[in-house]
Amino acid sequence: MSQFRYLPVTEEDREEMLKVIGVKSDEDLFSDVPEKIRFKGELKLEPKLSEPELIRFLSGLAKKNVSTSDYPSFLGAGIYDHYIPSVVDSVISRGEFYTAYTPYQAEVSQGELQAIFEFQTLICELTGMEAANSSMYDGSTALAEAALLTSGVTRNKKIIVSETVHPEYRQVLATYAHGRGLDVLTVPSINGSVDLQALEAAVDEQTAGVIVQYPNFFGEIEPLKEVEQITHGAKRAHLIVASNPLSLGLLTPPGAFNADIVVGDCQPLGISESFGGPHCGYFAVSKKLIRKVPGRLVGETVDEQGQRGYVLTLQAREQHIRREKATSNICSNQALNALASSVAMNAFGKKGIRELAEQNIQKAHYAARKLKEEGIRVHAEQSFFNEFIVECGRPVSEVNQALFEEGIIGGYDLGKSYAQLDTKMLVAVTEMRTKDEIDQFAEVLGGIIHG
Amino acid sequence: MDNQNQPLIFELSKKGRTAYSLPALDVPETPLNDMVGEDYLRQDEPNWPEVSELELVRHYMALSKRNFGVDNGFYPLGSCTMKYNPKVNELVARLDGLAHIHPYQDEHSVQGALELLYRLQENLQEITGMDTVTLQPAAGAHGEWTGLMIIRAFHEANGDVKRTKVIVPDTAHGTNPASAAVAGFDTVTVKSDENGLVDLNDLKRVADETTAALMLTNPNTLGLFETNIQEIADIVHAAGGKVYYDGANMNAIMGVTRPGDMGYDVVHLNLHKTFTGPHGGGGPGSGPVGVKAELEPFLPKPLIVKKADGSYGLDDDRPQSIGRVKAFYGNFGINVRAYAYIRTMGGNGLFQVSKDAVLNANYLLKRLTDYFETPFKQLCKHEFVLSGSRQKKLGVRTLDMAKRLLDFGYYPPTIYFPLLVDEALMIEPTETESKETLDAFADHLIAITQEAEENPEIVQEAPHKTVIGRLDETQAARHPILRYAKH
Repeated sequence: MSQFRYLPVTEEDREEMLKVIGVKSDEDLFSDVPEKIRFKGELKLEPKLSEPELIRFLSGLAKKNVSTSDYPSFLGAGIYDHYIPSVVDSVISRGEFYTAYTPYQAEVSQGELQAIFEFQTLICELTGMEAANSSMYDGSTALAEAALLTSGVTRNKKIIVSETVHPEYRQVLATYAHGRGLDVLTVPSINGSVDLQALEAAVDEQTAGVIVQYPNFFGEIEPLKEVEQITHGAKRAHLIVASNPLSLGLLTPPGAFNADIVVGDCQPLGISESFGGPHCGYFAVSKKLIRKVPGRLVGETVDEQGQRGYVLTLQAREQHIRREKATSNICSNQALNALASSVAMNAFGKKGIRELAEQNIQKAHYAARKLKEEGIRVHAEQSFFNEFIVECGRPVSEVNQALFEEGIIGGYDLGKSYAQLDTKMLVAVTEMRTKDEIDQFAEVLGGIIHG
Repeated sequence: MDNQNQPLIFELSKKGRTAYSLPALDVPETPLNDMVGEDYLRQDEPNWPEVSELELVRHYMALSKRNFGVDNGFYPLGSCTMKYNPKVNELVARLDGLAHIHPYQDEHSVQGALELLYRLQENLQEITGMDTVTLQPAAGAHGEWTGLMIIRAFHEANGDVKRTKVIVPDTAHGTNPASAAVAGFDTVTVKSDENGLVDLNDLKRVADETTAALMLTNPNTLGLFETNIQEIADIVHAAGGKVYYDGANMNAIMGVTRPGDMGYDVVHLNLHKTFTGPHGGGGPGSGPVGVKAELEPFLPKPLIVKKADGSYGLDDDRPQSIGRVKAFYGNFGINVRAYAYIRTMGGNGLFQVSKDAVLNANYLLKRLTDYFETPFKQLCKHEFVLSGSRQKKLGVRTLDMAKRLLDFGYYPPTIYFPLLVDEALMIEPTETESKETLDAFADHLIAITQEAEENPEIVQEAPHKTVIGRLDETQAARHPILRYAKH
């Protein structure tokens, strides 16, 4: 009798197996573990639960959270509440996909390999780049790896990043930069966009990479044209652009501005918020950088009969071959999330991505107008996508608490990351927010700010 | 498997079809030109497909039939712990209150999520014997790098800046030296002895005042328990270095021994392996890192803490922290699954898991031992390594035997790793496989060794029953085609 539904070995099996092995008991199998380090007694973990008890308990924990399906949310800042077509979860629930691992044995992994090949293509098409890898952990590590890549190819150590890039992405960049001994210089912003004069002064012959976000953390559409001219004005500097992939349904892709690397997170396309992860970093490059890309790449080839098929390729870049000389240490990636995002991208298609992006910009601009009508100051100096800054005139945490009491999840408290923006809120409006919700938000927020 | 070649989704596209539905825009429209400058308004369309919802479903159904997971059959991929992925884990991770919460919500509105993470941390501390755990790293290699950055910060805080080297055994997984490099260290290799264990004399030779850390999994990559682990730890500690536990092989020792009790200072775990992740076709993983108290100040921030009033929160006030290693708080959805698994098994259950994993591995090793060269004679732990050197003399390579296994409906073992063993086959059955499955697999593998003697062509030309034959990898690398382009 086994008390565990995941463990098939019966006592009868155990006896037979031990006899074949030639030992008397389970204990003998651990005779190589010295007595001094043996763990005595039972691990003091929380008590085990039956399946119904587990579901009840975790449902209880889940109910202690307010979800973005419970309350309308105006919170973004890198993660958004978006429409996820039902087909996404149906596909990623297939055991053939989610219980497989990295497709080392191509003959029985064509499904995963083809799905990744399609993902790479979708990302290339969206970003206007020539190659994309199979995924990174998230947007932040994709950005950091992009910086490492530029240092690797230029032998330069200087990375320039705009302060309008996501604060947590910059923090992750700082950690990676410390590891590899890179110097990160942060360029200030002016009116919510990168300060081009300061950028021009910073970029020089020692620069490996220049990083901007497009649209940036404040929602503004950065002037990529000027940024590109400044960056490529220096001999070796590479342009790295972090982009919300949804916005690229509407905005000129970074590839069209000669970006060298485009990174970001696919969460807005088919991946639930999940308290911050697992999501899916994407990593796209121009042709000249293909052999420097971190992580897995899938390529098309043929079998002995000339039949088209897909394999993991250019593996000489990777840790299992190159070890300490690999382009990155990444091994496991976010394949299932890349699959989820692929399904969503394919469901939207070329028309859907445009419609989705247009609904976002329309609703966000409508919301900004409504807030202004309520007498609220909106900092939207230039053009923005689906996020903008609102002046609350008082601590954002208080405002958010008051909004919460009215059943609304307010925006991001910019004071958490920018000392000078301590009364400002970053508001996100996606296609999920109805006109009624936006109107109510404007009214309630107006009441709080003026009240 | 389905023998029909499946077209690319782009080749199925037909103008005018769609597989999504949005409500009509319900706010007054503003001309796009008023919102986006001329240069920044996209003119072309991405060449994404136009398909109906059913076509989309059938496409992925066809692809799924061309893929093989643990749900399909035995998957003894060594060092990857391809155990069963419980269905209830998938259910709970999709609960609305866990799947649809935003990481920047106020703490009071996500108490359940923070409590779950806190509870998971506590459980992992007990399992590993470490003092504090962070759940931020996204995967095993990410955890390795995080752990090394912590060790680096510790040495730097002590002004001990000449510690520039990380020692790895010659059997180490490639991520170990790669992670060391990303953390800014040089790698030094320590040799294995004739029993497949760390050579203590060689360790004494390489451990010195430049040693930052030793990275070592235990059981090691050959599936063997490093019986001298305390002496190994003592040698590294005496040299002033730290000892790092690569948790890839944790499945062998839960409730048996703990890294914290063996002398390790830092541990990472692979929740997608030992704690039923799942593997997702290559990820997402989750790679929590546990440390001993003296390294606690250097953990990434924020940490999830329980406050004096009993509520849960995020502690960002950690001046000595290495900083962030990932945006937000790690791969939460995977952490939910791991927590569900730990609660399903309990302490004795996890002990049983390790006992059964080791029993299964030793049983399978015994069944195969007469048919292969076995480089190491002692008991194994959760996995073992065979050599195909005997078959190689007959002209049959390990790769051929792996491909032949595909014909019998198995995912092959890890092959040609560790590099130390000629024609290696690294087999990890896991505890979730039955004796019948192990017997059938052994019978098939033995039959393949007989084919190698009597009819080698059938092995050399394998696979015969898959949807596609062996692929030309050289061409793929020489002329990379990494995306579909309209012809």
